[in-house]
Amino acid sequence: MGRYVARRLLLTIPVLLGASFLIFAMVYALPGDPIRALAGDRPLAPAVVAQLRDQFNLNDPLGIQYLKYLGNLLHGDLGTDFNGRPVLDTIARTLPVTVKLAAVAVVFEIIIGIVAGVFAGIRRNGYFDNLVLVSTTLIVSIPILVLAFLAQYTLGLTLGWFPIAGTKEGIYSYILPGLVLASASLAYVARLTRTSVAENLRADYVRTARAKGLPRRTIIVRHTLRNSLIPVVTYIGADIGALLGGAIVTESVFNLPGMGREVYNAVRQQEGAVVVGIVTLMVFFFIFFNLIVDVLYAVLDPRIRYD
Amino acid sequence: MTDQQQQDLIHDEVEAGTTTGLASPSVDVTSDRQNSLWSDAWKSLKRNPLFWIGAVLGVIFTLMAIAPQMFARGADPRDCNLSNSRVLPSAEHWFGYDQQGCDYLANVVYGARNSLIIGVVAVLVLLVLGVAVGAIGGYYGGAIDGLFSRVADIFYAIPTILGALVLLKVGPSTNLPVISDRGPGAVALALALFGWMTAMRLVRSQVIAVKSSDYVAAARAMGASSPRILVRHILPNAVAPVLVYATITIGVLIAAEATLTYLGVGLQRPAISWGLQIDAGQDLLRTAPHLVLFPSLILTLTVMAFIMMGDALRDALDPRQRS
Repeated sequence: MGRYVARRLLLTIPVLLGASFLIFAMVYALPGDPIRALAGDRPLAPAVVAQLRDQFNLNDPLGIQYLKYLGNLLHGDLGTDFNGRPVLDTIARTLPVTVKLAAVAVVFEIIIGIVAGVFAGIRRNGYFDNLVLVSTTLIVSIPILVLAFLAQYTLGLTLGWFPIAGTKEGIYSYILPGLVLASASLAYVARLTRTSVAENLRADYVRTARAKGLPRRTIIVRHTLRNSLIPVVTYIGADIGALLGGAIVTESVFNLPGMGREVYNAVRQQEGAVVVGIVTLMVFFFIFFNLIVDVLYAVLDPRIRYD
Repeated sequence: MTDQQQQDLIHDEVEAGTTTGLASPSVDVTSDRQNSLWSDAWKSLKRNPLFWIGAVLGVIFTLMAIAPQMFARGADPRDCNLSNSRVLPSAEHWFGYDQQGCDYLANVVYGARNSLIIGVVAVLVLLVLGVAVGAIGGYYGGAIDGLFSRVADIFYAIPTILGALVLLKVGPSTNLPVISDRGPGAVALALALFGWMTAMRLVRSQVIAVKSSDYVAAARAMGASSPRILVRHILPNAVAPVLVYATITIGVLIAAEATLTYLGVGLQRPAISWGLQIDAGQDLLRTAPHLVLFPSLILTLTVMAFIMMGDALRDALDPRQRS
């Protein structure tokens, strides 16, 4: 186990470096000019341009620029944006918002997704099962952009149940965007749980449990659920990594000051340092949670051994 | 044995200069099960209502992309009159008018073309990339496979929308072909570039699963070259899962295009696109909700058409699902 984790950690390093270099190269190497973008319509004096280029290492070859960036990164310095604010401060400001949003989304996935999946799986091909199948197809088909406006208009504007933008009302502000962000994964969790429960109900150990006279309720809660939820738990674990990096649209529509909206604004203003810093962090989360999930598999299912 | 398979065997023998007699066996054991996977799949598809809903929607939207004037009820999307600004839907004008006073039905209908083109082109490019990288990596294994898989891991770790967003934003200031022109081609290419990894993994695992089977060894023994074994004997196994994946992905990428356009890096005005319409309508959500509603509705139905067809196809092609 220890060896497996160590090997996976080592394999993580080139992926993390590669992904951050890819973003770095796109932002800095393509012959666009961030300084010109910064200046906007009014041209800057050549001396100022030269000084800014020097300050952001824009005169070095790409590889050197990236190595300098990595060197600073090891000292905890992610660079500054064009206004001189450290990128680390920007991350510290936006990360809690994104984490709260992802947490709310995961709670929705667990509560709605698993409950719907379990009940659909218990009575396969029943009325509720078909309802779950049709509604999950529908939910998966609605682009998150559309769903965000739909939720904003119906639950927010028309019914007035939820705030439609900003974070003024504490955790309550996160409920609507959390539901929207969770929607696709929620549908997937429901389907996964349904298939898993239905398959496990046909397993030999369930027949044994039934044969020795256990009540149906005990069989489902004690025996079937434990085994059925292994793939679900691991899916949700990996999804946390994706949710932390995939909230650009949700955060923009609901005007939540999280990492997704921040990275979107940074891309629009060609704030290279901010883009690279935040995307690298998102990639790190993604890889980290996938690693956790792989290890978790072995913990949850004793049949899986990595050594 | 089908005629095609027989011809393949003969071709392999001729290429290698051998005659084993295998190419023309006296007893053909497979003749009465010809094309069983696909004919069985079609039988099960025919009975699936979800497939028919998806297929009918798909045909309608394809027609809409080819000949939008058929659906626009005689209105021209660019024939606008400001005095009609934000007029609500009526029996005469089903979708009402937009901010500029253009007939909204015509505008929404004309948006289908860009969405469909981008979805289909992106999936084709993504398949070419994914199948090539996956097949080569899976077949040759070793260092090449390790390298390809790590590269796929790297792209996989970057969210598709985010990667495409950055590329499309810096694109216009580069002199790269296609990427710099801010057109449908740029959007399709950006989506394919950050979306080929799943196709690659799908193909790679299929190739690895069958590359050591006896029939591949037989083809090799008869002297077939590696590319030929790959294309003729191994890759056909991956057609079914790749087809399912591609169908669903067209829908997913149409949604992604609308999102990128909404975020301001996809198609630009004066192009007609659902993403642009939703973007323009979002500030008027309180007074003229139909401006967001209609493009959203048609966009959702288009995405749903492909996802339904793909789902039905998956059920039909999965032998375990059959009773």
